[in-house]
Amino acid sequence: MSYNMHILVCGGTGCQASSSKTIISRMNEYLKEKNLDKEVQVIATGCFGFCEQGPIVKIMPDNTFYTQVKPDDTEEIINEHIIKGRKVSRLLYKEPEHHNPVSDSKHIEFYKKQLRIALRNCGFIDPENIEEYIAREGYTALAKCLTEMTPQEVINEIKLSGLRGRGGGGFPTGLKWEFASKYVADQKFVVCNADEGDPGAFMDRSIMEGDPHSIVEAMAICGYSIGANKGLVYIRAEYPLAIKRLRIAIKQAEDYGLLGENIFGTGFGFTIEIRYGAGAFVCGEETALIHSMEGHRGEPTTKPPFPAESGYLNKPTNVNNVETFANVPVILNKGAKWFASIGTEGSKGTKVFALAGKINNVGLIEVPMGTTLREVIYEIGGGIKNGKKFKAVQTGGPSGGCLTETHLDTPIDFDNLIKVGSMMGSGGMIVMDESDCMVAVAKFYLDFIVEESCGKCTPCRVGNKRLYEILSKITEGKGTMEDLDNLRNLSHVIKDTALCGLGQTSPNPILSTIDNFYDEFVAHIRDHRCPAGKCKALLTYHIDSQLCIGCTLCARNCPTNAIAGERKSPHFIDTEKCIKCGTCIDKCKFNAISIR
Amino acid sequence: MDKIKSLADLKKIRDNVQSKIELREKSENPEKSVQIKVAMATCGIAAGSKETMTYFIENLERNGIPAIVTQTGCMGYCFAEPTVEITKPGEEPVVFGHVTPHKAEEIIQKYLKNGELVEGIIPVNYNSI
Repeated sequence: MSYNMHILVCGGTGCQASSSKTIISRMNEYLKEKNLDKEVQVIATGCFGFCEQGPIVKIMPDNTFYTQVKPDDTEEIINEHIIKGRKVSRLLYKEPEHHNPVSDSKHIEFYKKQLRIALRNCGFIDPENIEEYIAREGYTALAKCLTEMTPQEVINEIKLSGLRGRGGGGFPTGLKWEFASKYVADQKFVVCNADEGDPGAFMDRSIMEGDPHSIVEAMAICGYSIGANKGLVYIRAEYPLAIKRLRIAIKQAEDYGLLGENIFGTGFGFTIEIRYGAGAFVCGEETALIHSMEGHRGEPTTKPPFPAESGYLNKPTNVNNVETFANVPVILNKGAKWFASIGTEGSKGTKVFALAGKINNVGLIEVPMGTTLREVIYEIGGGIKNGKKFKAVQTGGPSGGCLTETHLDTPIDFDNLIKVGSMMGSGGMIVMDESDCMVAVAKFYLDFIVEESCGKCTPCRVGNKRLYEILSKITEGKGTMEDLDNLRNLSHVIKDTALCGLGQTSPNPILSTIDNFYDEFVAHIRDHRCPAGKCKALLTYHIDSQLCIGCTLCARNCPTNAIAGERKSPHFIDTEKCIKCGTCIDKCKFNAISIR
Repeated sequence: MDKIKSLADLKKIRDNVQSKIELREKSENPEKSVQIKVAMATCGIAAGSKETMTYFIENLERNGIPAIVTQTGCMGYCFAEPTVEITKPGEEPVVFGHVTPHKAEEIIQKYLKNGELVEGIIPVNYNSI
């Protein structure tokens, strides 16, 4: 007999960290105790995307969406919902606007504008069960390609769909495949770039955790079309769950004869191996990635030759990103025309974004290309945390830029983002509010770049270090107006002369913040003031003598004894001694201490 | 397990496993299937609503009617348990009383298959928010 009810529990890394594994095992125990284990099935799925509200538990068939479930809630869910049919309303999601509980995900604002193509199976199937993937049209695209289409026809279909690389560059995928297919060699390779390095981006990890078979299938399809029989997944070792699920998927596909020799009896063979990366940002660059896989230093080399001509072991190699691959089976199943009907003129389909920062609904979302930043931030993202004012959104990670209020109505696609001085990148989206200092933000990204620069070429190794030093000077109030020109000039030199994509895009966060927040830079330099109140060196702490009653609490807690004053009379701060740690503000019960 | 050797093999597996996730796929778009809610409060369960629900689940499948069968709380018609509310796609919900497995079969054959009404409908004349 089949199950009457399915309980889907998120088994992504985020929800597992808040004990979704315990929830699953406790549910199974209670169901067994109540003799319901034959009627109700508990399934660990991939990420639902609504990480802010995790762990997520979804009950089918009535489509109830429970949020922030704790292991102790499981008994109540089984007793009330499963046995008595009464929803546990305290666990339902409440829209922040009206606080009314919403029982199913279809009516939650977070999901309303989303269109899930790459994430189609995440949060829906059990990623460790190949049969659930097959039930969702899995491997039919591979079967169709091998039995009904020539390799060139597959490439044409991908070209026609308008799919562009989701890793950041946005290069047309079909064209890339065609290049690799044109070179004649005894051995070719398909590489999946799973070295997701942008701070705050986790879409590739979630796809591999939630729907690993889609990657396996797409890599085999790519292998068929370019004439490769070997696939390699380059994945960072700090993604243990993604690695585990991918391993299971590869093993299952082999057992089912969907990988290996003579797939579908067509004579085409394909195998996949996993290679681990140590988590260097530069290894997301395809030539550096290939060198790392070969056992060499993860350093880029100049292109040409492109990997399509001479890549892994000097053989023709096609490198695509995880999200790009995840789109491939759907395109072949539903047709290039269908895919091309979604999105904008130059960017087809959807894009997955990882929403992070000062936004209410932190999580993973997928929207059609052409959706505006405003829709993403205010409708799906639920606006800015704690009712603060929106200041900027950073897209494209350390290679991207900061966009402001004036860009909010820009439809998001590859070309538009470049036009306004940022880029798509892999889809990280970090939202900042009025309390964030843009000079400090630019410095943060530069700090990351300095750390991650491989050091091979001088502009990136030395230039970025100098940029970082100038920015540090400005945040300490020691900058000059000349520094701003130096920042600009040096940035352009680095962009023009760096060897690889990392260096060529590394000054973007600086250039876009200078362009969009010029006044804030000037305030740091001329007025020695940080308008957002973030740069420590530019702040001074003050005690309001009207509000201070002389309780001595601040003086007793000050680690540097910088506060003095008589009991029961107003205290004062010695700014020379003050290290601006903020302890006094936390301790003061009368709000008498302020930062200026 | 046998390896998949052809497109036909893949289709065979797919047909076999489709039913395992069908419940989830239908639930994503409930308005496209027949929705059946079985009242499963204490009185309903005592009157045999559990058997009714199981009967619906098993026999709708056998008759090839795409449907979502869920349980709900007390509908208030304790005099007519087991009670069942049925919503056909695009139609108003109809509540049936005294739905034993025997009655359930009649509902499947007459109401769901042919659109004929059957005895035992409880008129619903209240509004709810």
